[in-house]
Amino acid sequence: MSDPQNNSNRKANRTALACAALVAGMTGLAFASVPLYDAFCKATGFDGTPIQGVRRSAAAPSVDDSMVVRFDTNVGGGLPWSFKAETRKVEARLGETTTVFFRATNTSPTPSTGIATFNVQPGLMGGYFVKVECFCFKEQTLQPGETMDFPVVFYIDPAMRQDSNTSHLSEMILSYTYFPSKNGAPATAALATGGEAGKKSNF
Amino acid sequence: MATAAAHAGHDAHADHKPSFFARWFLSTNHKDIGTLYLLFAFSAGIIGAFLSFGIRMEMEEPGLQYFSNPATYNVFVTGHGLIMVFFMVMPALIGGFGNWFVPLMIGAPDMAFPRMNNISFWLTVAGFCSLLCSLFVEGAPGASGAGTGWTVYPPLSTVGHPGPAVDFAIFALHLSGAGSILGAINFITTILNMRAPGMTLHKMPLFAWAELVTAFLLLLSLPVLAGAITMLLTDRNFGTTFFDPAGGGDPILYQHLFWFFGHPEVYIMILPAFGIVSHIIATFSRKPVFGYLAMAYAMVAIGVVGFVVWAHHMYTVGLSLQTQSYFVFATMVIAVPTGVKIFSWIATMWGGSIRFTAAMHWAVGFIFLFTVGGVTGVVLANSAVDKYLHDTYYVVAHFHYVLSLGAVFIIFAGVYYWFPKMTGHVIPEWAGKLHFWLAFIGANVLFFPMHFLGLAGMPRRYADYPEAFAGWHKVATWGGHIFALGMFVFVIGVVLAFRSKTRAADNPWGEGATTLEWTLSSPPPFHQFETLPRIVDEPGHH
Repeated sequence: MSDPQNNSNRKANRTALACAALVAGMTGLAFASVPLYDAFCKATGFDGTPIQGVRRSAAAPSVDDSMVVRFDTNVGGGLPWSFKAETRKVEARLGETTTVFFRATNTSPTPSTGIATFNVQPGLMGGYFVKVECFCFKEQTLQPGETMDFPVVFYIDPAMRQDSNTSHLSEMILSYTYFPSKNGAPATAALATGGEAGKKSNF
Repeated sequence: MATAAAHAGHDAHADHKPSFFARWFLSTNHKDIGTLYLLFAFSAGIIGAFLSFGIRMEMEEPGLQYFSNPATYNVFVTGHGLIMVFFMVMPALIGGFGNWFVPLMIGAPDMAFPRMNNISFWLTVAGFCSLLCSLFVEGAPGASGAGTGWTVYPPLSTVGHPGPAVDFAIFALHLSGAGSILGAINFITTILNMRAPGMTLHKMPLFAWAELVTAFLLLLSLPVLAGAITMLLTDRNFGTTFFDPAGGGDPILYQHLFWFFGHPEVYIMILPAFGIVSHIIATFSRKPVFGYLAMAYAMVAIGVVGFVVWAHHMYTVGLSLQTQSYFVFATMVIAVPTGVKIFSWIATMWGGSIRFTAAMHWAVGFIFLFTVGGVTGVVLANSAVDKYLHDTYYVVAHFHYVLSLGAVFIIFAGVYYWFPKMTGHVIPEWAGKLHFWLAFIGANVLFFPMHFLGLAGMPRRYADYPEAFAGWHKVATWGGHIFALGMFVFVIGVVLAFRSKTRAADNPWGEGATTLEWTLSSPPPFHQFETLPRIVDEPGHH
């Protein structure tokens, strides 16, 4: 009598275990999506993520094809810096590297560390905007009153003219925002004050 | 549970009930847990309804009447959404009717894991308490409660709500999500392993099919929500930057994760209703349901396709044209299996011997209203149109037609259909019909004008609006009052049922009601199917 009973219990437990494994797998996938999404954005330029490093283009540049690149600079999260591009816009020939300098000044009496995030608009240009060199790849520390000029070296992949989403574009925006670094020394201080409700409500 | 079935000699104890506390607080009986879920859903629904009443009162006229702080208005909207989704519709359709009738319909003595069933219920209750707590602690600066909308998008839910209210809301979702996952495991194990001898999957009643598909959707989607809100929690409290651009995160990632859960969630809410409406239509047309296999696999198809359409909630985040085209197409594909179901219900009624009982009123009303909501869904599926209608009252009208008028109508249909079976008492038919007409007229007056408001540009989640929108908002509020009146009729009907001496027959609905629950007494014995029923081939068993 107990045999079929045990048998059906075993079957039920097996089903339940398979379900639990499915739940664990989906939870794992949810967290895996963070690095996967990041890698996906970097590889495809999805959501305005510029391509980093040199990438060989399949398309040959046409001689007099260019795009206007405008620059947008912001400082966020209470970082006491001023931050500007040397020029508001440049005319960049497709397939040719262009260098633009950005100037950051620490206006406070204490040293601080910042890190920049970057994005292009329209987002669909992300896959064709290639940054060869950029200050934004690593964090920067500025002493009180110190001013630093950072170069950005980029080029626009001529293959954008073959993509129906971007072929018609003549202008784009490269945007930077400097945030206080959360990994450097001032980060803990910034976090500690940021944790207080009074400070945070300034947003 | 299954031991009870094995010891056939103890038949005399079949109806032996434990003491009050042990029966209702330590319950392991699927029918008692189902009852608990239904009572819980009703109580949570009352609170959710009061919140929506606050919303409607405020929106009756332009300007701020009742809310001095618009953030508090958003807390009402958020609370209404979260409560109705997680603590009213899901507990009623899955925990309530699912627990009650899946074992009965498949001829099982109980659920596979009765004690886990008890944990599922109390986790849901604990989650609800956490959500109620969130209403009374600080959220946005200077206001208490989480005003993030049920979607809890960052950065509003991170830097926009420094107080602990959002943490409580996230915790509420964690708890109720864990409860739902355990419940889903229980349903899958029960349905796959404990069907009566002879009941193959292709002979299983459609409600059991619906709950099976729903349980798989829960299993696949809820962990993703849990992951997303856990990241939100660590972003808020432990300095991570999953969704914070300052640390290299991306708020759009949250939207992808949320809607990967959120879209299947809308099918989680409506599939059990599809199951119930099939039984009611078949019963009161005195015909087996038309196209049984197509009906079952249409639900499977809706479940599968429901996982690959999530970005149609995100047309405005800057997707490429190709991505948008895919999501438009995939979304519209869902209209096909849904159409199969609608037409099969109509074909079931065609040529049937139809009786317009209270439950049938609600079921037929559901078909009409769900079709209206489905049609506006196809409109919104177009990315070009959606960019205009995104976050307007048109969207509010759409999802209230499929949920408030879809899922909720079927919850009431289920109550009127199964009340005699569950309690042994009979709700007077006039009460069910009067309730239906008040709800039908009230809900249409309430939600249909919202299409006009949305097309005219009225945005969601605002406590105030320009004078131009005042007319239809006023009409909508009247509709809300009519709907609320219907709720009183419902309560009166239930009270009259318990006070009347009339007792329900084992099968009060006659020969159209063919599923196994009608072979038992009304109410069924505390432990049923001590001898498992044997399913033999007979036409019209579904």
